[in-house]
Amino acid sequence: MIKIEEIEKLAELARISLTEDEKAGLQKDIDGVLLYVGQIKNLKAEMADVSPVTENVMRTDEVLNASGEYTEKLIKAAPKSENGFVKVKKIL
Amino acid sequence: MAIDLKSLTISKARISLERGDFTAVSLAEAYLSEIKKSDSSIHAYLEVFDDVLEQAKLADQKIKRGEKGALLGIPLAIKDNILIEGRRVGAASKILEGYVAPYDSTVTRKLKEAGAIFLGRTNMDEFAMGSSTENSAYGPSKNPFDKERVPGGSSGGSAASIAANFALAALGSDTGGSIRQPAAFCGLVGLKPTYGSVSRYGLIAMGSSLDVIGPLTKNIKDAEILYSVIKGKDKMDSTSIDLDDNLKIPAKMRVGDFSDFIDMVGKNGIDREVLSNYRQSLDKLSKLGYEIKKIKTDVTALTYSLPVYYVVMPAEVSANLSRFDGMRFGFYKDGGSNLLSDYKATRGAGFGKETRRRIILGTYVLSSGYYDAYYGRAVAIQGLIKETMAKIFEEVDLVATPTTPTAAFKFGAKVSNPVEMYLADIFTVTANMAGIPAVSLPSGFTEIDGKKLPLGFQLMSAHGKDQYLFKAGKDFLGE
Repeated sequence: MIKIEEIEKLAELARISLTEDEKAGLQKDIDGVLLYVGQIKNLKAEMADVSPVTENVMRTDEVLNASGEYTEKLIKAAPKSENGFVKVKKIL
Repeated sequence: MAIDLKSLTISKARISLERGDFTAVSLAEAYLSEIKKSDSSIHAYLEVFDDVLEQAKLADQKIKRGEKGALLGIPLAIKDNILIEGRRVGAASKILEGYVAPYDSTVTRKLKEAGAIFLGRTNMDEFAMGSSTENSAYGPSKNPFDKERVPGGSSGGSAASIAANFALAALGSDTGGSIRQPAAFCGLVGLKPTYGSVSRYGLIAMGSSLDVIGPLTKNIKDAEILYSVIKGKDKMDSTSIDLDDNLKIPAKMRVGDFSDFIDMVGKNGIDREVLSNYRQSLDKLSKLGYEIKKIKTDVTALTYSLPVYYVVMPAEVSANLSRFDGMRFGFYKDGGSNLLSDYKATRGAGFGKETRRRIILGTYVLSSGYYDAYYGRAVAIQGLIKETMAKIFEEVDLVATPTTPTAAFKFGAKVSNPVEMYLADIFTVTANMAGIPAVSLPSGFTEIDGKKLPLGFQLMSAHGKDQYLFKAGKDFLGE
C-alpha cells in the first residue's frame, strides 16, 4: 500500500495543500487506482515496437497581435496586480 | 406559431428560418422559455447568456438580407470548457472562479462565422473529469429521462440541455468518452471525431493527446452539419489536421462484431439488456445490407485500453493543470508567508476531489522510479492498441460495441469507489487511445423502475474515416 509519506511528497511536488482527512482519503483512492492500472505490467510491450505517430511541426516565431493588445485584459484576469504587473508574494 | 421543439432539428430549423415560418428571435425565445420553466430541476446550464435575443436579432437581420450560414439563427449550448471571448468560462471548477475568456476558441470563431447563437454554457464534471457531472463544483445536472439518474459525463450538461429541449444542439469534448457516454444516457447522437480533425485552440486542456471537441445532436445529420462547420486544420493547434473530404465510402460496409472483446472486458457489470440491445442493433445493420463479421485479429491489447488511459491521461492532467496557480487568473487563496504557500493553498482549495486525485496520480506515474513501470509501459501499450485497431480495420470498415455497459445510473451509485466510475468508459476509451473517430447512436430503451432509459450503440471507424460513421449512422437511424 502506498504510504502516507508518499502522498505527502506527491502533494508537495504537485503543490497542493491537503488536510489529514484528505491525505487518508487519497491514500485509499490512489491505492485502488494503482491496483487497477497495475495490470498493465502483465502485458509485454516494447517501446521499440511502436512506430512513431507524432511528427514535428515547425512554424515561424511571429507575433500575431499588436503590442499591448491583450495586456490590459490579461492583467485584469490576475487576482492581484499593480501598475500593469501581476503581483505575487516573495519567493523565498 | 408555436414551435415544436421536440421534433426540431438543425436542418428543419434552417428551412423554417429561411422560409419565414418562424424567426431566429422566436426560436431563441422558445428555448429561453423552456429553460426558464424547467432548468431549475435539471441544472443543464451554469449560465444562460443575457444577450441571446440580441444575437438572434442580428441573425434575423442577416436572414432578411439573404445572407447564408450553415448555422444562421441556430441556438446552441456550449460546454463550459470552450472559450467564447468576453464570457465567463470555468470548466465547472472553483479554481477558475471569475475567469473571463480573453479570446475566442477556434470552434467558437467558426460557429460565429456560420451564424450560430450561443444560449449559454453547460455544466460538466470539473475539467471534464468524470462520467456523471457529479464532479462539477456547482452541483450535478439531472437526466431528463429520470431525474434520480445522472445525465452522463463529462459533457452531461450539454446532453441534458438537448434532451430537455433547452437547446437544439450542443458542443462537448471527449477525452475518454465524455461526448458519447452522455449522448447514450440521454438518447442522442454523440460524435467523437478523429483526433486533431477539430482544433483544440481555446479548449481548456485535460489530456492534450486525447482531447477532441465534437457535437451532441438529436440526429446524425445534425452531427454532420456541426462537424463540417468546426473541423479543419488550424495554425493555432499544431496537432490539427485536414481530412479527405471526398473519401470513397464502400458500397457494402463490413461491421466488426466485437462480442469477444465485450466478453473479455465486460464479464462483470455489463447489463443483459445492453447486450441484447447490441445484438438487435447488429441485426438491424445486417438487414440494412451491412456485412457483420467476427474479428480475427487478437484483441488482447485493447482490453488494456482503460488501465492505460488511467496512466496516460492523469500524467497529462498533472502537467496541464499546473498552470492554475492563483496568480494569473481565477481563484486565489492566501496561504501565508511566501509564493509557494499561496500556490498550495490556492490549488488545495480550488481543485475538487477527483481533480486532486488525478493530479496526484499523474505526479506519481511520472515520478522517477515509477515512470518506466507506469507511464513508459502505458505509452508502449498505447502503440499496440493503435496497431491492433489498424489491423482490425483491414478486416472490417466499422467496429460496433455498446456505448456503455449500463443505462444511466443513479446519483451516488459510483462516487465512493473511483474505479467503479472509471469503468463507465470501458467501451468508449479505446477510440481515444487509438485517435480514431467513434459515434454513439440512440438504439432504443431499457426500462428500470418504471422509467424508460435510453441506450447507445457505438460505431468506430479507421483514422480519418469519420464519413463512414455518418453514412452508417444515417442508415441505422433511417435518415
